[in-house]
Amino acid sequence: MSKAIVRVENLHKAYGSTEVLTGVSLEVAEGEVLVVIGPSGTGKSTMLRCINLLTFPDAGHIWVAGDEITAPGANVNHIRERVGMVFQDFNLFNHLTALKNVMIALLKVKKMPEEKARELAMFELERVGLEDKADLYPAQLSGGQKQRVAIARALALDPLVMLFDEPTSALDPELIGEVLDVMKDLARDGMTMIVVTHEMGFAREVSTRMIFMEKGVIAEEGPTQEMFYNPQHPRTQQFLGKITELYGHKKDEA
Amino acid sequence: MEGILEFWNMIWPELGKGLLTTLQISVVALSLGLLTGIPAALARVYGPAWLRWLATAYIELFRGTPLLVQLFVIYYGLPDIARLLESMGMSGQFLVLDRMVAAYIALGLNSGAYQAEYFRSAIQAINVGQIMAARALGMSQLQAIINIVLPQSVRLAIPAWSNEVAYMVKYTSVVFIISVPDLLARGQFIISKYYNPMEILITVGIIYLIVVLGIATGMGKLEEKLRIPGLEIEAKRV
Amino acid sequence: MDKLPDIINSIPYLLQGALLTIAVTVLSLLTGFVIGLPLALMRVYGGKFSAKFAATYSTVMRGLPSLVVLFILFYGMAAFISLPAFVAGCIALGFCSSAYQMELLRGAIQSVGAGQMMAARALGMSRLQAIMSIILPQALRLAIPSWSNEAAVVLKDSSLIYSVGLAELLRRSQQVAARTYQSFIVYSICALIYFLLTFVTNRGLDHAERVFRLPTPLEEH
Repeated sequence: MSKAIVRVENLHKAYGSTEVLTGVSLEVAEGEVLVVIGPSGTGKSTMLRCINLLTFPDAGHIWVAGDEITAPGANVNHIRERVGMVFQDFNLFNHLTALKNVMIALLKVKKMPEEKARELAMFELERVGLEDKADLYPAQLSGGQKQRVAIARALALDPLVMLFDEPTSALDPELIGEVLDVMKDLARDGMTMIVVTHEMGFAREVSTRMIFMEKGVIAEEGPTQEMFYNPQHPRTQQFLGKITELYGHKKDEA
Repeated sequence: MEGILEFWNMIWPELGKGLLTTLQISVVALSLGLLTGIPAALARVYGPAWLRWLATAYIELFRGTPLLVQLFVIYYGLPDIARLLESMGMSGQFLVLDRMVAAYIALGLNSGAYQAEYFRSAIQAINVGQIMAARALGMSQLQAIINIVLPQSVRLAIPAWSNEVAYMVKYTSVVFIISVPDLLARGQFIISKYYNPMEILITVGIIYLIVVLGIATGMGKLEEKLRIPGLEIEAKRV
Repeated sequence: MDKLPDIINSIPYLLQGALLTIAVTVLSLLTGFVIGLPLALMRVYGGKFSAKFAATYSTVMRGLPSLVVLFILFYGMAAFISLPAFVAGCIALGFCSSAYQMELLRGAIQSVGAGQMMAARALGMSRLQAIMSIILPQALRLAIPSWSNEAAVVLKDSSLIYSVGLAELLRRSQQVAARTYQSFIVYSICALIYFLLTFVTNRGLDHAERVFRLPTPLEEH
């Protein structure tokens, strides 16, 4: 097995008296695409946010590319540069054009010169097929286009791993395909990805491994094929059954 | 017609000087208000508890009392403190303000309190996801505020801000009461000389009206120029 | 500090001034409402001419400093009719407030929605009937929060009448300050009274808003 890009050990997180994560451990190897599924409210998003420290875990350790980011004194902003994140509701910066959205972190965080940042941002926009929308503001883009810009924005920082937090859940059905296509291309190019999603077609086609989370812990994990066709845990079976019924076959075409 | 022209030539030199003073006070007060308003708004939204409390106290105090009373406390009241300081052997002369400076400070602090509220509601209209996304890209909290929150909230606050400009120009007229020679004061001066109050006061009113409408038009143009699709908010001086 | 008892003894005198301040505020607001409401209706439902007239009135009145309007009524009109400071003050502030009240009532009327008017007309009501029994009962409720702000604005602006010699709160404060040579303390007390008055005004009208509020539909999400 190639080296672990992300390693999580015994993660705990509670909001007040509500325990969201109660001992999550996992490892993601370079080039792996890990899909995380499970009912809502089981800590999937919280786990993702812990991996780039948008949420700080109460207990447990996280390593990214061998460095422990939960160690005291770790440079949080530097960690976040190396961990790309894509949100459910895009969170594009409303006052910046698509191009500027991709450029801003290059300018302000990487301190890249303007010209170079523009060139790189254009390249990333081309990669998600939006070079012709570079000068439009978020309000002028469709949901799918917004999410593709958000992906380009994260990619521009050249992250070691990309985290996707239900990237297609806020989209109209006909816009989901274009975002999934971009994500599939990424996976094919060897990007390490952790994806929280209900898109079973995408999971089956692209992911190498799957995790089923329930009540703050990983209830079952395994290679995608096994999880799909031979889930062990009865709750996994039940959940997969329900979700294929809901989202199922249509997504296979995507 | 000739009569009107003669009348105008008689009053304009005086009123023109007054208008300049009025505009000068407006510009200084608005700038001062911007300089206190933005930090006060940021303090009220992002500050630690004690700073939030301080900002809230400043904003509520200045919005809850009349401008004229604020002017009196600063112009007539502060020299009392100066005397007190001097009786204790300290220097207090800096608190004895020239009437012009008192006008700048009173109107500036007053405007700052209102501007703080415009900026606060603009800041709060910005989705928390914006800061989260900025942090996810590796920006610090301060970088996120400066690069993402402020540029958006400043644009959102422009309509409210253009109202504030018009308000300030109108409210500068209270400085006449502490004998600052503004437009209204010059008008009163001419009245005392020629005793024709109605004509002069209406002329003064028309000048204010033209300035205020001119500003509204200008700010509308600016707003249009800085407009970003999808970034709009309504606000007024409340 | 030997003036302190004198200042404390003056507080009832200041509070009497506050009563006058309240009277001016209430009368000005009422004047403003009586002028502003018909103008708002003209602006929304009137023909081309009356809508234009209302809009122009609003623009002009909102572009004039209250102090200038007050002086026009008090000094300017003196040649024709000599108005007492109290009357000139209430009319001046009432005129100024009427433009703002017109705008806030217009906003409230428009947010009631055209569908309500259409439904009322469909039931056979005249326009006036529809306005009186369908539109206004809803619009006036919606207007309370903005009206609360306007009340605070007028309360604060009532201090301008100081300048024509009415013995309201600020004028009385000035008298006490001049007698005791304690401007800072006296004007601070004056500010405090104004602050409490605006506070009570806002709280009171917030309460009124809750009392009169119509049941809201269940919030989405």
